[in-house]
Amino acid sequence: MIKFFNYLGATTRASFTKLGRATYFLIGILAGIGSVIVRPRLLLKQLHSVGVLSFLIITISGLFVGMVLGLQGFYILSRFDAEETLGVMVAASLVRELGPVVSALLFAGRAGSALTAEIGLMKATEQLSGMEMMAVDPIKRIISPRFLAGFLSMPLLAALFSAVGIIGGQIVGSGLLGVDVGAYWSQMQATMDFREDIINGVIKSIVFGFITSWIALFEGYDAVPTAEGVSRATTRTVVNSAFSILGLDFILTALMFGDN
Amino acid sequence: MDNRNPPQNSLVSVHNLTFSRGQKKIFDDISLEFERGKITAIMGPSGTGKTTLLKIIGGQLFPEKGTVTVNGRNVHHLKRDELYTLRKRMGMLFQSGALLTGMNVYDNVAFPLREHTQLPESMIRTLVLIKLEAVGLRGARDLMPNELSGGMARRVALARAIALDPMMIMYDEPFTGQDPISMGALVLLIKSLNTTLGLTSIIVSHDVQETSAIADYIYVLSEGKVVGQGTPQEIQQSSSEWVQQFMNGAADGPVHFHYPAKEYMDDLLFTEKTLFPRKRLIGGKSTTKRSRY
Ligand SMILES: Nc1ncnc2c1ncn2[C@@H]1O[C@H](COP(=O)(O)OP(=O)(O)OP(=O)(O)O)[C@@H](O)[C@H]1O
Ligand SMILES: [Mg+2]
Repeated sequence: MIKFFNYLGATTRASFTKLGRATYFLIGILAGIGSVIVRPRLLLKQLHSVGVLSFLIITISGLFVGMVLGLQGFYILSRFDAEETLGVMVAASLVRELGPVVSALLFAGRAGSALTAEIGLMKATEQLSGMEMMAVDPIKRIISPRFLAGFLSMPLLAALFSAVGIIGGQIVGSGLLGVDVGAYWSQMQATMDFREDIINGVIKSIVFGFITSWIALFEGYDAVPTAEGVSRATTRTVVNSAFSILGLDFILTALMFGDN
Repeated sequence: MDNRNPPQNSLVSVHNLTFSRGQKKIFDDISLEFERGKITAIMGPSGTGKTTLLKIIGGQLFPEKGTVTVNGRNVHHLKRDELYTLRKRMGMLFQSGALLTGMNVYDNVAFPLREHTQLPESMIRTLVLIKLEAVGLRGARDLMPNELSGGMARRVALARAIALDPMMIMYDEPFTGQDPISMGALVLLIKSLNTTLGLTSIIVSHDVQETSAIADYIYVLSEGKVVGQGTPQEIQQSSSEWVQQFMNGAADGPVHFHYPAKEYMDDLLFTEKTLFPRKRLIGGKSTTKRSRY
């Protein structure tokens, strides 16, 4: 029993010191953003490897999620003779929830894990301390551009996911199940609210992009500099990102859509 | 012999340095001087803390006690910007090379120039080729670090360390992994950097022959203490058993080849007992700790 409390105490303390290091790290990243803006080429390169290379997985997943939504939505809505509102249902689920959340989860698995492994290996092979000895701040030069790239890509990827998903819903709904195409789109346009739906969805994906990039980069930077340490850090990135995304999604949803 | 006058006019001085890793005291109140424009070697058995010493001088690790001054400034009291300004003038050759794996040899050598100068690309090209020529790898400029051998990687790292024409260079084991020809070329290169550019050099090395040939002054470290110091001749003739053992490479003597451990026989017997305890335990509970993931 005492052992258990000891363990609990030690773990709590370790988590708090880790949180402290992570916060300190974040301050460093944010302070380095200025120097990234001066050198856009660093950012462009990272936007490519973090953002562009995630296009394929996001597009394909978005398409399938949209198609499934089309199917499920149609079965339920047609029971109430409301299949014209299929477009609204698909668009609302995607823009408000599935777009930001699923694309962030995919992003953590695709880009976040890669970032952690890359930074962790750079640390293990002394590239980061080598850079420090060359008077180049690795946080500014390596970490900040990657952070900014992740942060900027996430909303775009989420938008792509939702857009492709809505098209997927239309393909299934109108193409396969005979919902009127005009109704699908016009109902959607009439009901979806710019501020309520779109902006809130974008805010969510911005928050998720921030948190996922932060976790991924910190885990890499904080990794034990060995092969095993890097592999553990990569696992932690995916697990912690998933928890943070889902937890924050609940909180954000409650705040945004709570009072109506 | 430890009350010999330290060299005057030193660029780097280490005063009463104490540093520990966990329980283990790596340095116990040591003082060293590195004279301007000279080649000073640090020798000592593996694991004595030579790399650690270089990292302390470079300001990457902080001493528990004592001071390190480089060019008259206390490294560990500098503000971040000041430390970075100082580091631009300190080259360091890492034991592992520490090349950036994402870029080729050319870009690696160009890296410090691009980061710290506004030179046009044509000028950078000239400088990079000069440095690569000096280490004999001008033809390897398009290779990626993973396509280099260990010895080549270290020479590229050397080219990178001298790219900014620093006032001093710290070489961590520059000779390991070099064939006799490139070894000879490296020895000449280090010597000529020192004589033509007046570079202050700190060399960490196990290679007694090569190091004695070019060093002006040698420190021999062991178990957290300076066990011998002097010019190569003085060191060769040193009466200290420690130094003699090291210079002649004898396995037996005051310096132990082994990391501190319990008695060999006890260790072997103990392992036997725990690995094959008794028959009835086989198939019983496994005590091996599983990995958490
Ligand atoms: N990150 C670390 N954490 C804990 N102990 C360390 C760490 N790095 C080095 N040590 C310990 O510090 C001691 C000195 O290490 P260091 O790398 O400075 O040795 P060295 O003299 O450079 O050896 P070699 O000649 O083999 O390179 C070793 O005993 C090592 O166990
Ligand atoms: Mg070493």
